[in-house]
Amino acid sequence: MAKIIGGIGTSHIPTVGHVMDSGTMVGDYWEPFINGIQPARQWIKKNKPDVCIVVYNDHGSNFSLKDVIPFGIGMADKFLPADEGYGRRNVPTCYGHQALSAHIAESLIFDEFDIVMSNELDVDHGLTVPLSILYDQPSEWPCKVIPLYVGVVQYPQPTGNRCYNLGKAIRKAVDSFPEDITVAILGTGGLSHQLQGPRAGLINQDYDQKWLTGLVNDPLTTKDISHTELIRETGSEGIEAIMWLVMRGAMDDKVNEVYRFMHAPVSNTNYSLIILENQNKGGK
Amino acid sequence: MKKDYHDIPGTYVFDIEQAQKGYALNKFCETLNRAEGREQFLNNEAAYLDTFDMSEAQKDAIKKRDINKLLELGGNIYYVFKIAAVLGHSMQSAGGMQAVPRMSEAEFRQMMIDGGRPIEGNRSKKENENG
Repeated sequence: MAKIIGGIGTSHIPTVGHVMDSGTMVGDYWEPFINGIQPARQWIKKNKPDVCIVVYNDHGSNFSLKDVIPFGIGMADKFLPADEGYGRRNVPTCYGHQALSAHIAESLIFDEFDIVMSNELDVDHGLTVPLSILYDQPSEWPCKVIPLYVGVVQYPQPTGNRCYNLGKAIRKAVDSFPEDITVAILGTGGLSHQLQGPRAGLINQDYDQKWLTGLVNDPLTTKDISHTELIRETGSEGIEAIMWLVMRGAMDDKVNEVYRFMHAPVSNTNYSLIILENQNKGGK
Repeated sequence: MKKDYHDIPGTYVFDIEQAQKGYALNKFCETLNRAEGREQFLNNEAAYLDTFDMSEAQKDAIKKRDINKLLELGGNIYYVFKIAAVLGHSMQSAGGMQAVPRMSEAEFRQMMIDGGRPIEGNRSKKENENG
């Protein structure tokens, strides 16, 4: 049977992609970030998931506001990097796992998550930057990728509770997939950052640390934090943190925090990274 | 309608009302995802903008590169940033353009290096008024 072997939370800052792609990730500014992400690279190298389910949001790249979609899943066998306004990122194409994405979509619908299914989907920095953070610059991504997108562009975004329960439903789907494959689930975006308005540049590390500790040890309280509190404390784009709740929902109730790293600034954000493993590794 | 998040200072929450107001503006921004859209915008801005169903105020704010005004008029930052990106601005440069008073890219970058804009004093309009 398929098995979830870990949950990773990471910010998905586009600048990280630009700087890596142009070979300019050097110097004092980048050193703490480069050092801080190494344990995640070691973790992924050691654990080698066959599939990464990447929970991310599109930033008006593949999608427009013509239709505003709360939750969707990529069904295709491949996903190209999106043109976000400056050409496609020069990173490998993501190859999907069509049998697993079909199984997840079907399972979600019977669990009453009426998920949108995308048979063509270009993936933007929300998805490709986390892969770059974990895998550096390979000629091919070492895992299959299933994009799971959440509509966070327009308020009200899905509630934290709904995201957490979506994670639980994804877990149930993965657990019932008959192939013996390993799966990592990535929650991306966040944590504190505000890109817009006169308050742009807001960083609230104390809140982010508390929120992360809550995510790990007390998700049932953390999932119920209101959108207004998240926007107020962590910035208008800090609301992306709801996608980490999808990841958390897919893990067991009891998890080990294997690694945490936080560093500000990376571009306009408080870069945050966490790795979770289920305490009961042998179990479901 | 008054919402609780309107108490957050310096922030335009892109809610459904804003999305309705800014639909044509964001639709224009979305065309900058394609080389032909970027070309038309860069080569003949005014004529290209006229092909969209935007208000004069929205077109004027684009002309003036006034990001805050665009947000007020229903722009969403992910979409509006595409205008800035096509014009060669980084996200930190765009951050500086929105600061009041305006900051240069270098000043904004330095503010971020110094820990970013602090939450104290930036949490609530009501809190700020009541000291």
